[in-house]
Amino acid sequence: MSARMSTGRTIAAHAVLLTYTLIALFPVFVIVINSFKTRKAIFADPLALPWPENFDLVGYQTVLKQGDFFLYFQNSLIVTVVSLFFVLLFGAMAAFALSEYRFKGNTLMGLYLALGIMIPIRLGTVAILEIMVATGLVNTLTALILVYTAQGLPLAVFILSEFMKSVSHDLKNAGRIDGLSEYRIFFSLVLPLVRPAMATVAVFTMIPIWNDLWFPLILAPAEHTKTVTLGAQVFIGQFVTNWNAVLAALSLAIIPVLVLYLIFSRQLIRGITAGAVK
Amino acid sequence: MGALELKGVTKNFGATEVIKGVDLSVKDGEFCVFVGPSGCGKSTLLRIIAGLEDATDGDILLDGRRMNDVAPAKRELAMVFQSYALYPHLTVRDNMGLALKQAGKPKAEIMAATDKAAAMLELGPLLDRRPAELSGGQRQRVAIGRAIVRTPKLFLFDEPLSNLDAALRVATRIEIARLHRDLKATMIYVTHDQVEAMTLADRIVVLRAGKVEQVGSPMELYNDPANTFVAGFIGSPQMNFLDAAALGFPPGQVGIRPEHLMISRESGEFAAEVSHIEKLGGETLVYARHPQHGLLTVRLFGEHDYAVSETVHLSLSRDRIFLFDPEGQRRR
Repeated sequence: MSARMSTGRTIAAHAVLLTYTLIALFPVFVIVINSFKTRKAIFADPLALPWPENFDLVGYQTVLKQGDFFLYFQNSLIVTVVSLFFVLLFGAMAAFALSEYRFKGNTLMGLYLALGIMIPIRLGTVAILEIMVATGLVNTLTALILVYTAQGLPLAVFILSEFMKSVSHDLKNAGRIDGLSEYRIFFSLVLPLVRPAMATVAVFTMIPIWNDLWFPLILAPAEHTKTVTLGAQVFIGQFVTNWNAVLAALSLAIIPVLVLYLIFSRQLIRGITAGAVK
Repeated sequence: MGALELKGVTKNFGATEVIKGVDLSVKDGEFCVFVGPSGCGKSTLLRIIAGLEDATDGDILLDGRRMNDVAPAKRELAMVFQSYALYPHLTVRDNMGLALKQAGKPKAEIMAATDKAAAMLELGPLLDRRPAELSGGQRQRVAIGRAIVRTPKLFLFDEPLSNLDAALRVATRIEIARLHRDLKATMIYVTHDQVEAMTLADRIVVLRAGKVEQVGSPMELYNDPANTFVAGFIGSPQMNFLDAAALGFPPGQVGIRPEHLMISRESGEFAAEVSHIEKLGGETLVYARHPQHGLLTVRLFGEHDYAVSETVHLSLSRDRIFLFDPEGQRRR
């Protein structure tokens, strides 16, 4: 923030940012506090903080006892991390090719790859399900990983190719003259320089995958392939919903994604400050 | 060891012709400078020689061997870039040794070669630093060192001094000239700065719009330019171009360098009005406007005083004029 900015404007800016933060965090806050309360207390006063008189860990106990939540967590983590890896790898490689090599139909190819940003992948659910049934991938994590990789690629290619265009051509050419292979140039020269962009893409890609209920429900509803979001649905019944357990499951589900986010955001911030100070 | 020949090299980017047929031969050990305004294709030509761009047509020969389909790393050349292009994740030593490492040379040999190059460029104390910890001038010296380590047949410089400040530019220029004397290697140097071209080159290639305008030693180009473009590009301040007909010559232009235009308060061939004066201590530049010839530059040695909008009389040293026809070609 500039030193010359007047105090009034600084206060106003902070007020806006704080308000936004409160609005964004409020639902999360409500979920977390209620997950520690008795069922009665949740309904009597949803906004009250957990006190000794209404404190109850029954939700967490249910979650940890009933159902195979550790397996669900593991499934979610595997699906998210592997999809993320493929999205970043293939996205960055495609972006490198689009930004670095001149070939016929380059622009068209770039547009085609970016088209997926505008067309939701869920429109193709029926066809995807048919493909998965035909290939025998239903009820496997592979099915989810494939779908999420496809879902994440358009945005990754779009963002990364813009960033890769800004990487110095001289640097890549120096590598070529020194005898580095195109793969070495890509992995050891270009990728480290676009790390902030990779972190951005990782965050944008990761959260929808982690939160998705649609594809796990359709492609992998089996007990051994359930993800956390799908697993939490066990407690939502048609007539009775175990709110303690749902809230506890959701609270727990926040933790891994929060950890991943913190890892990536550190990269993000490092990238931003590195650029600013030079 | 390091003679380069270009035969009818052309380059098209889509429908635009960037290089329009360049024939050139550079002798072994020669310092050859490509000079021209931005967008004239000089960098593209250098990149074609390096193998970073494919020529659309024509041949590139190094020591008589056709190089068109040889990968850049196998052409036995080294390149120094305007933006230094050092590998940010490697130390100075590793930056300089990378090419030899890629070529599979033994460690001891790489060590010896980097140490030798570092000694030549006084980079010894910096060997374990990373590029981010170096100043601009040091980075460019490392980039030059990286080129030396490979002992290439051909050195390519792509505007290596453009990112340096004025004082460093002069120092690095002298360093490059010294390296050329010591290494006796063939060097091709691209610049848009005619001072660098004049001071470094054995031979200058003046390019305009993808074509070679003239090739020659700095003094040949200075004393015997083939056309108004070369005449205007070589020499600083720029040559004056006057209306030939008004001076009693056949139609076209008369070129005269600022140092050969004489100024007097009393009498001369024609009168002009002083519009600006620049005093540099060692020399004084007087800019005078004439209704027909336009703005003329007069270069005087030592300190002189003229007032703006004062009327002065100018005359030409007749033995120092160049005559050009209306197309801008020299009348011989």
